[in-house]
Amino acid sequence: MAAEEEKEQEKKLLLMVSSSPHLAEPATSKRIMFEVVIGCLPAVAVALWLFRGSAAMVLISCLAAGLLTEWLFNAVRKKPQTITDGSVIITAIILGLSLPPSIPTWAAAMGTAVAVAVAKMLYGGLGSNIFNPAMMGRAFLMACFGMMMTTWTPLANEPPCTEVDAVTQPTPLALAKQPIKDAANEDKLEKATPNEVETKMGAMFFGRTTGSLGETSALCWLIGGVFLLVRRTITWHIPVAVLSTAAVIAVIPWLANPDVYANPLVHLFGGGLMMCAFFIATDPVTCPLTKLGRFIFGVGVGGLIMLIRLKGGYPEGVMYAVLLMNAITPLLDRWTKPTPLGGHVSAG
Amino acid sequence: MPVLRANNKDKLTGKFSFRRGVHPPERKGFTCGRAVQVVRAGATVVVPMSQHLGAPCRPTVEAKQEVTAGQMIGDSDAFVSAPVHSPVNGVVKQVQPQPHPNGTKVLSVVITVGDEQPDEQPWREVPGGFDVEKYEPEAIEKAIRTAGIVGMGGAAFPTAVKLVRNPQKPIDTVILNGCECEPYLTSDHQLMLEAPGTIVAGLQLAMRACGAKRGIIAIEDNKPDAIDSVLPWIKDVDGVQLAICRTKYPQGGERQLINAVLGLTVPTGGLPLDVKVVVVNVGTASAIMWACAEARPLTERIVTVTGSGINQPGNFRVPVGMLLADLIEQCGGLTDDAAKVLLGGPMMGPAAVHLDVPILKGTSGITVMTESEVGGAEETACIRCSRCVDYCPLKLVPTRIAHAVKSRDIDMALEYDLLACIECGLCSYVCPAKIPLLQYLRSGKLMAKKVKS
Repeated sequence: MAAEEEKEQEKKLLLMVSSSPHLAEPATSKRIMFEVVIGCLPAVAVALWLFRGSAAMVLISCLAAGLLTEWLFNAVRKKPQTITDGSVIITAIILGLSLPPSIPTWAAAMGTAVAVAVAKMLYGGLGSNIFNPAMMGRAFLMACFGMMMTTWTPLANEPPCTEVDAVTQPTPLALAKQPIKDAANEDKLEKATPNEVETKMGAMFFGRTTGSLGETSALCWLIGGVFLLVRRTITWHIPVAVLSTAAVIAVIPWLANPDVYANPLVHLFGGGLMMCAFFIATDPVTCPLTKLGRFIFGVGVGGLIMLIRLKGGYPEGVMYAVLLMNAITPLLDRWTKPTPLGGHVSAG
Repeated sequence: MPVLRANNKDKLTGKFSFRRGVHPPERKGFTCGRAVQVVRAGATVVVPMSQHLGAPCRPTVEAKQEVTAGQMIGDSDAFVSAPVHSPVNGVVKQVQPQPHPNGTKVLSVVITVGDEQPDEQPWREVPGGFDVEKYEPEAIEKAIRTAGIVGMGGAAFPTAVKLVRNPQKPIDTVILNGCECEPYLTSDHQLMLEAPGTIVAGLQLAMRACGAKRGIIAIEDNKPDAIDSVLPWIKDVDGVQLAICRTKYPQGGERQLINAVLGLTVPTGGLPLDVKVVVVNVGTASAIMWACAEARPLTERIVTVTGSGINQPGNFRVPVGMLLADLIEQCGGLTDDAAKVLLGGPMMGPAAVHLDVPILKGTSGITVMTESEVGGAEETACIRCSRCVDYCPLKLVPTRIAHAVKSRDIDMALEYDLLACIECGLCSYVCPAKIPLLQYLRSGKLMAKKVKS
């Protein structure tokens, strides 16, 4: 009894000891994650408005599959649950928004499960993955179900003009690609021009064109991106590098041959470029640590996107551009290792 | 960013700053503007033989010997060292290892405080008839050495060693560090308000000792009253200027301060004197003045006792060697929810293991934090957000070094310039994953030392 009392006394005098500093900024990883989720909300809202039920189904199945996969992984491996840290929600939303509205829910769910399981949890979970999980999920779906991934339905609130339109419509970037393909095809006499897509630039900016759920409105991603910049969730390096590189590369062929190459604004507002610049390429886990590294990374992403769009087989290049640059992120980290103030520590 | 150029003779210049760094909450309101009160030692004082960087002292007294206030009780022949003195009249109780704020036991002289104590020492006004010109450089250096003066901003490097004239490495500028960028602490601030004359005189003496032509007093812009207080004292003093710095952590680090004010970069592994500069804390300057004017040893210093875990926070003039427990008792004791007692401020101050450790020459404050303030956030996975990289004032990559240390890859940690770290703690402060990065870096330094030996 007496010993216990003594212990009690001692306990009262016990001081907490830890290594300095003893203050910490209130920001947590979770808060950063949920700020990114908030940044996505304008695009989610527009997707729901444009595509109604099909958008809701895709997003819900992605979220459910993502959360379930991460929960299962942690449960089986007897690790602490991490589904509330917000990162899997971002993966699900970004992947969902990069899918066409007509994709079957099972495919969307399968893609998210692969994204979370293979691209994230197998690498060791949050912070350990090399590739952007959402883009890996999309690449998986592209490889397995290419047809589904390139079928585009018209907007829910815009009645189709023709019967063919009711089933499928080309995306603006596909329209921009056609003249380039035609120019290379000498047999084709009636060549397409970029005029059609150029009349749609306003609609592309505000979100009145078809495409993936989150590809329709450049404005939404600009709003979300500015929010992230203001909140200092991301720095300006990657968005500025991606957008300016893409713009410069798009301007050159357009100036040289505007009959074949579309207005650079088509490329800036079209497809997933805005989404990529602010929300995909900026994924902290898979982009470089130093500011210089992030800038080079952004230049690489922007350059690869335009290379694929102008010269490659696909009308859109965000996914492969991001994955390719992810692969050299460790190298960029090494190449841009900063020199400390005052120079490196001399050997010995 | 503006820097103070050699041809600039303005008395008041600014505002200077350095790149990166952060703005932690200042929390100086607990003690800001509270006049310094003199406190007397408790029943015993403990004077460690090592309160400075460099060789520890060897005790010059024995148990049961009587000592008087100001008497030297430990000395060393080493070049980098500083003698220690008794802060009180009394009898030596024992000479043996005692708990030290650094967490180990260090050979110390324990003195039972006698009944008869000398009168309070004056410390605010420069004594009448004091004239800097009367003191020769060698005499100043000797007085500083004899008085056992060390850097009072926290690093506790023997001041005489900094100021000794070296023909190979001449010094042209002395910067007085009045930044006090640590949150909570107000001891330097209060000293600048209450005893501005002594620090200006101390600066002039330091300049004379090392042969510097220029003296700069650097004060952050969150202390406008300190700037107003010091400015009249430098009006008629040749070569002395006041530099206002934008408030930012860790501006009080000498590398950052030199970079902010002069735009110079101290080489990694080098010293400020490599760029012809010496940085001296304002408290140290005041002590230099008293050492020269009255041959007064460094046995008292101003300590801020602060934080929501202390009942009566304030600024105190405390005998060096006074036990933490005695000082805290004089401040009304700890509150019930007090959880952590820091020797210094919250960014760099180590946490005390218990209260039976003495105030040292370099202890600028005692910060007591409560349970709710220290809520131990759990370490989560690094999300590579790169905040530690973006804000590190030394331009290091703390997260890479920490990862290397975790996996015991010391070569990698060293390749990423682990040893350039100044331990300001900013990386841990900004980390959203709550990774104790600095703790990893510190263990990395220890591992590197072991590997080397």
